[in-house]
Amino acid sequence: MDGEPLVRWHWIGDHLGYLGGLAADHAVIALVPVLVALVLAVPLGLVCARFPRLYQPLAAVFNVVYALPSLAVFVVLIPYTGLATMATVMIPLTCYALAVLLPTTVDGLRAVPESVRQSAVAMGYGPWHRLATVELPAAVPFLIAGLRVAAVSSISLAAVGALIGRGGLGYLFIDGFQRTFPTPILAGIALVALLALATDLLLVLARRVLAPWASGAAR
Amino acid sequence: MNWLGWISDFLSDPAHRSGPDSIANRVLEHLVFAGEALLLAAVLAVPLGLLIGYTGRGVVLVTALTGVARALPTLGLVTLAVLLAGVGDAAVLLPLVALAAPPLLVASAEGIRGTDPDVRDAARGIGLTHRQTLFTVCLPIALPTLLAGLRTAAVQVIATATVAAYAGLGGLGRYVVDGLATRNFPTTVGGALLVVLLAVATQLLFALLIRYASPPGTRARRTHPMDKESI
Amino acid sequence: MTTRLVRTLTAAALVLGAAACSSSGGDPLASGSGSAAAKDSGAKTVVVGSANFPENVLLASIYSQALKAKGVKVEEKFNIGSREVLYGQLQSGSLTVLPEYNGALLGYLDPKATAAGSEQVNAALKEKLPAGLAILDSAAAEDKDSLTVSQDTADRLGLKTIADLSAKAGELAIGGPPEFKSRREQQFKDTYGLTFKEWKPTGDTTANALKDGTIQVGNVFTTDPRIVQLKLVPLADPKNLFSAQNVTPLVNKAGVDATASAALNAVSAKLDTAGLTALMKRVAVDKEDPSAVAKDWLKTNGLG
Repeated sequence: MDGEPLVRWHWIGDHLGYLGGLAADHAVIALVPVLVALVLAVPLGLVCARFPRLYQPLAAVFNVVYALPSLAVFVVLIPYTGLATMATVMIPLTCYALAVLLPTTVDGLRAVPESVRQSAVAMGYGPWHRLATVELPAAVPFLIAGLRVAAVSSISLAAVGALIGRGGLGYLFIDGFQRTFPTPILAGIALVALLALATDLLLVLARRVLAPWASGAAR
Repeated sequence: MNWLGWISDFLSDPAHRSGPDSIANRVLEHLVFAGEALLLAAVLAVPLGLLIGYTGRGVVLVTALTGVARALPTLGLVTLAVLLAGVGDAAVLLPLVALAAPPLLVASAEGIRGTDPDVRDAARGIGLTHRQTLFTVCLPIALPTLLAGLRTAAVQVIATATVAAYAGLGGLGRYVVDGLATRNFPTTVGGALLVVLLAVATQLLFALLIRYASPPGTRARRTHPMDKESI
Repeated sequence: MTTRLVRTLTAAALVLGAAACSSSGGDPLASGSGSAAAKDSGAKTVVVGSANFPENVLLASIYSQALKAKGVKVEEKFNIGSREVLYGQLQSGSLTVLPEYNGALLGYLDPKATAAGSEQVNAALKEKLPAGLAILDSAAAEDKDSLTVSQDTADRLGLKTIADLSAKAGELAIGGPPEFKSRREQQFKDTYGLTFKEWKPTGDTTANALKDGTIQVGNVFTTDPRIVQLKLVPLADPKNLFSAQNVTPLVNKAGVDATASAALNAVSAKLDTAGLTALMKRVAVDKEDPSAVAKDWLKTNGLG
């Protein structure tokens, strides 16, 4: 680090387009897996809420998945999905997001008080009608709480993909490290944090719109 | 791809039997990193969390702070710390503490906030000071929540400590990173498997701890109310 | 319903990905990947890869821009791993061109190889390379492995060559990239009779670790500007343990035509060690972008 300033501000100014491009790449790599996981978590969560016996082993499996070191999973996938490809990074990120979203979905679907469910039955609601108008809306605050955790950790984890050639803003960390150059590393950390906070803010707003009754209930 | 073959290759490699690259040594390094990070994070976060939970002040600040801390990428923090502080314990501890502190802070605050206000009032009513109420009444009730936060932090730290190997530090990440560099899949897979085993063992340990830490009066409520009412 | 959503999401991902690539179009570091390939998927795209250290990124950038200047469609996959990882990708055709170092490549293909001079090494390489791969012309530029020590250590132990280490090696810790130990441990024993106290995988921090004293001996590349910056001393190698390391394009034959080969050979004809070290100083010390430095060099040499 001898003589190297902590931040070369002009470097940041000179590279705004480059940083923006990496941030966009990062957002895709990190957030598309979360959306895919959401699409998978809802039907899977429904099945699990109906068949609790299935849920226990599945929850155990996803607990293990969550503990897998991301770098190792990327490496093991390379022979199948290629080095430096989006799929190699996005498939594990989808699994991590699903590991967070499945339990929150199940909790959300179970959160409907039995009395409310019985009332819906008494009003003549069929199972699908009940699902669409009672159970799913009740699960929304839980789903969004899960999405917030999943999205933030996905954005942070995606950077590790840089070690196998596809990590969006993570490239700034290895580039800065290799060249003893803290400026790109700091810029990368700031942009990752900004991306995460912006996503989080969007999800909080989404909760206000989709489940206005729940502000404060499910943090 | 022969997974069992990889694992047996990994275990039978003489370099993994003894010396600095032995499995025992790498596991120990990993546990020491993770343990130190958790301890440091707990010392920083738990007292603050208890205070916030009890007084109800600073909740917004904590939510914002933990949000930012969660969003910090570990790889970025590790590379920055190595550039600024050199290869060493500080470089791996700083990012791991940043990772472990938010769930601990949230769990300790939520645990205390979750105690029944009537219970607190009763404690104050029989003449306990605030300090006594916090430590003898609220803390035991909050302990399972706190331990659950500690479990989340521990599992995250154990899984993430692998990244430190990129910057030349020890632990089980060495196997993962060195295996990638030399295209030696047995080493990578063996290292990953050990990390998972450690994480699962940690979860089991905490499951037991949480079970025994629950005060008898609250233990029954821990089971999910919906568990028995299958639809 | 689920499949349709997945499909929509995938499409959205592709669109966003393409936008991400094109939005960085005005920048010197922009790869121009994707966009070139998307316009005309019929023409063959040359995929230039690079190993995970800055000089290799710089060389790959020079290759890539030299190819583009001749109208070749290029996709860049830089900084993606070590030789062990990249070689497999080149064989499978996922990568077409790699900036290589002839001696290191030979050592990888044939760990027992003894060839040390540039021409011997290239002759041996041509025998060892599988049918699908080929090397093009070597540049004069060399980036050799070295055993390097700090000025302090050199003065204290009176070190000038690797042979001088023989009495002290047992007390010294040696560091290098993670793959250094498995590649070299036996060679140090056989050639110089050296057995080091400990091997530390110091990776990209090897030069800094020498200065910190974490290690006393390190594997530092001879074009590393930190040798000058941190006052390090590369030890001479009288027994040629480290072979010639000329910068040489390694290609997947099916992926490069005559135009591409000519463009890469023209780069090799102009690139020498002093020139490469000067470029590396701009990248590693002045923190200029490898692609901008590559562009300047190509322009100066009439190749851009």
